Amino acid sequence: MSCRKDREDLVNDTISVERITCGFDVEGQKLYAVRDVTFSIRERETFALVGESGCGKTLTALSIMRLLPQPGGFIESGRIMFGERDLLSIDEKQMREVRGKEISMIFQEPMTSLNPVFTIGYQIAEVYTAHGVCGWREGMERAEDMLARVKIPDPGRRIRDYPHQLSGGMRQRVMIAMALALNPSLLIADEPTTALDVTVQAQILELIEEIKDAFGMTVLLITHDMGIVAEVAHRLAIMYLGKVVELGTVSDIFRDPLHPYTRGLLLSIPSLEREKKRLRPIPGIVPDLTSLPPGCPFYERCQERIPELCNIAFPETRDYGNGHLCACYWVERGGDR
Amino acid sequence: MDRSVKESILELKNIHKRFHLKSTFSSRGGFVKAVTGVTMALSRGDSFGLVGESGCGKTTLGRVAIRLLRAEEGRVLFDGLDITEIPERKLRPLRRRMQIIFQDPYSSLNPRMRVESIIGEGMLIHNLVDRRELKDAVAEVLGRVGLSPDAMSRYPHEFSGGQRQRVCIGRAIALKPDLIVADEPLSALDVSIQAQILNLLVEIREAMGVSYLFISHDLRVVNLLCNKVAVMYLGEIVETGDCDLIFHDPRHPYTKALIEAIPRPVPGKKGRKIVLSGDIPSPISPPPGCSFHTRCPIAGAICEKEEPLLREVGGRLVSCHFAK
Repeated sequence: MSCRKDREDLVNDTISVERITCGFDVEGQKLYAVRDVTFSIRERETFALVGESGCGKTLTALSIMRLLPQPGGFIESGRIMFGERDLLSIDEKQMREVRGKEISMIFQEPMTSLNPVFTIGYQIAEVYTAHGVCGWREGMERAEDMLARVKIPDPGRRIRDYPHQLSGGMRQRVMIAMALALNPSLLIADEPTTALDVTVQAQILELIEEIKDAFGMTVLLITHDMGIVAEVAHRLAIMYLGKVVELGTVSDIFRDPLHPYTRGLLLSIPSLEREKKRLRPIPGIVPDLTSLPPGCPFYERCQERIPELCNIAFPETRDYGNGHLCACYWVERGGDR
Repeated sequence: MDRSVKESILELKNIHKRFHLKSTFSSRGGFVKAVTGVTMALSRGDSFGLVGESGCGKTTLGRVAIRLLRAEEGRVLFDGLDITEIPERKLRPLRRRMQIIFQDPYSSLNPRMRVESIIGEGMLIHNLVDRRELKDAVAEVLGRVGLSPDAMSRYPHEFSGGQRQRVCIGRAIALKPDLIVADEPLSALDVSIQAQILNLLVEIREAMGVSYLFISHDLRVVNLLCNKVAVMYLGEIVETGDCDLIFHDPRHPYTKALIEAIPRPVPGKKGRKIVLSGDIPSPISPPPGCSFHTRCPIAGAICEKEEPLLREVGGRLVSCHFAK
């Protein structure tokens, strides 16, 4: 434990999300999509939030940006420390300065994130003018530079293109160029390659990694693909129904997954090395947010559940060494070791 | 047990399919060449995977195979019978034997029909059951796809994505088909649910002896479910043969790139990869010569001029001038 402490002193956290609880207000009923989520991302690290649809990973990211869908979205409690500031307590004007300049975000579907009636050059240049960095003329020049940096061929001609003239991969490059325009210290990438073909996905992942090194950025990657996590992330948190169930380094979690859900996820991934013809899927379905079970949200589907314990209260998060956190009674009691 | 005497449930011979591009404001407009000269055969009880990236023509080919689309050129043989041009009236009884499962279980179920009618409608139309026996028959199908009989009286919106896909599979197998075209049936589902549905498809094949034409962009899933595979690029097959051969020892540079592009859940195994540069060219004006030469890491002068033909290399067919 002591050596871990030493390391933590050396590495600064870029952002730390502390006990965030947020959700939606649907016709007067409060649905909590994210409950008590805590994690911090170190400088220049790629941190992955992993989970299936509805687990709250996107909502967690949106609460960092303070962009929860309205009407209805709310943040009930928690802090988001970004440097010295709590992003949840600064006013909207200050927050607008943070967005784009210090934290920026790219989304899954680049077509719906770009405005179809403006050229891509205009849309990138607007980032500079809106933040008062420079005027339009210089903005367009900088836009061209940015397109070159994200390796769009012939950027001088491309800045006059409209989004529909570009392929999916090119659009995602434009989104990345926009996100990086003001050299933010944190980039949030929400399923950046899910809408793309595999060969193009590989290109975009490589680009994000290159740019992260070149700009000295920290990346929060949101994905459902454990393969991508293994390739690009340093640490990850696994979410299930609004809760972080396991958190740790990529090598710890992939070599020695603790939580039954993490294990199930890893066993559900098909592989080309055909040894086991049948996969071992996690049985059952994800429960509905409107009827959250008390206790562990994974209880209904868990192979290792302990009746009268797991379904009563949510287990505490414990450290199993090297910052490998897990919230599970079964693991607490020794698991299968 | 000899492979060569196994009869084909589906044969496609030199299929060409193009779509006319109609322009709103002018009479001009070109063609999208969706499928160009594809030949393949699916033996009874086998599963054939069609893989490739979006726009490669795999979905079009799947629809031509069960005559949801008509090919301009080439022949479609279903269980030895040429169905390329036969009239709709004669096709109808055959429809029972060829079913399809779509990618999106949200848009492929009628929201105003109960599960009982969704699954039962086809059985009634094809006179497989009496109206009095319908409930029992539907319950049996529901059991097969892992749903409880009380799902019968519910509407599609009451189910999750994975359960809906089970209903879609139920609708297909209710008619006891010989061939199921499954068009990306897992892509809209979460990982843990994907594995459930994949296992269900395997169980159904084992229990009913159905053949699958399985369309997917995910090579790993095809590898688990299928024994034969064709890799498509811009409307053409670039490599085809046994899954075991192709996935373990790919010979076409595109197949190699596809396999290497799959992110593997093994940390520290980064050592990258040939990353293909550029995007897939437009199928409206495919490049001359080998259609892959614009992105190919090993392309030479000949590739721009001469279109490679499928030829046998290492026990499978490959269309590449340089494949060894």
